[in-house]
Amino acid sequence: MRLSNTEYFPGYVITKHLGLVQGSTVRAKHVGRDFMAGLKNIVGGELKGYTELLSESRQEALDRMIAQASAVGANAIVNVRFSTANIAMGAAEILAYGTAVVLTKRE
Amino acid sequence: MDAIILLAITAVLMVVGYLCGSIGQSMHYRDIRMREFALRDILVFNEKAPPARFSGQEFALVSGSVVMSCDYFRQVIAGLKQIVGGRLVSYEAMLDRGRREAILRMKEEARKMGAAVVFNVRLETSNVSMSSGNKGMTCMELVAYGTAWKLAPQDEASIKNA
Repeated sequence: MRLSNTEYFPGYVITKHLGLVQGSTVRAKHVGRDFMAGLKNIVGGELKGYTELLSESRQEALDRMIAQASAVGANAIVNVRFSTANIAMGAAEILAYGTAVVLTKRE
Repeated sequence: MDAIILLAITAVLMVVGYLCGSIGQSMHYRDIRMREFALRDILVFNEKAPPARFSGQEFALVSGSVVMSCDYFRQVIAGLKQIVGGRLVSYEAMLDRGRREAILRMKEEARKMGAAVVFNVRLETSNVSMSSGNKGMTCMELVAYGTAWKLAPQDEASIKNA
């Protein structure tokens, strides 16, 4: 499965549009991580626990989107967008969406 | 008595925050500059599509993200600065570091797949402060993502020969 956030590809043609596909996940961190992040917040800098959590969630959202796309027989997802929303204290939703297509190399 | 203890704790937190925050920031900036230098040959554009010479080459989605927070001292200072308004230097530095770090991680991913350029780069900032109310800590997530393209073999050869 090819992924891209562009909709035009030199040297390729989109032979079929299969519609919107999306994947999302809602994640919360566990107490230990939250506590460590609280301590880390005194000294500032990167909060590695949260970075990890959010990139894991983004991967999960992408995986779900890819599963949807392969179910409809796509070989690529174009125009992929990410969005993050803080839905409640301690929880965040990560959403990935794009257009499932069949992409073929131009001869 | 309680008030004094509370004040002392706040003072200690501020001093620790200031010292660790300053050292952490200058170390991070040094690290960022070194990695930016090492990855300077990967070009990044926010144009949508690459030029025709990339026609038919391999591409993939690449992304980099980081969650940044600001130290206690700088948060207090920024809070005070908000009374009079103007530039909040401490938050500016935090976001600048985070954004450059996110771009670097994206470039590292592009390097891993052997790409030479990243097109259609989008930068996103979102507030992921996990607690509610004004007691909550400031943490921001910075994401950079784009489509990495590999060079055509003849272009790669001409770069090597140059």
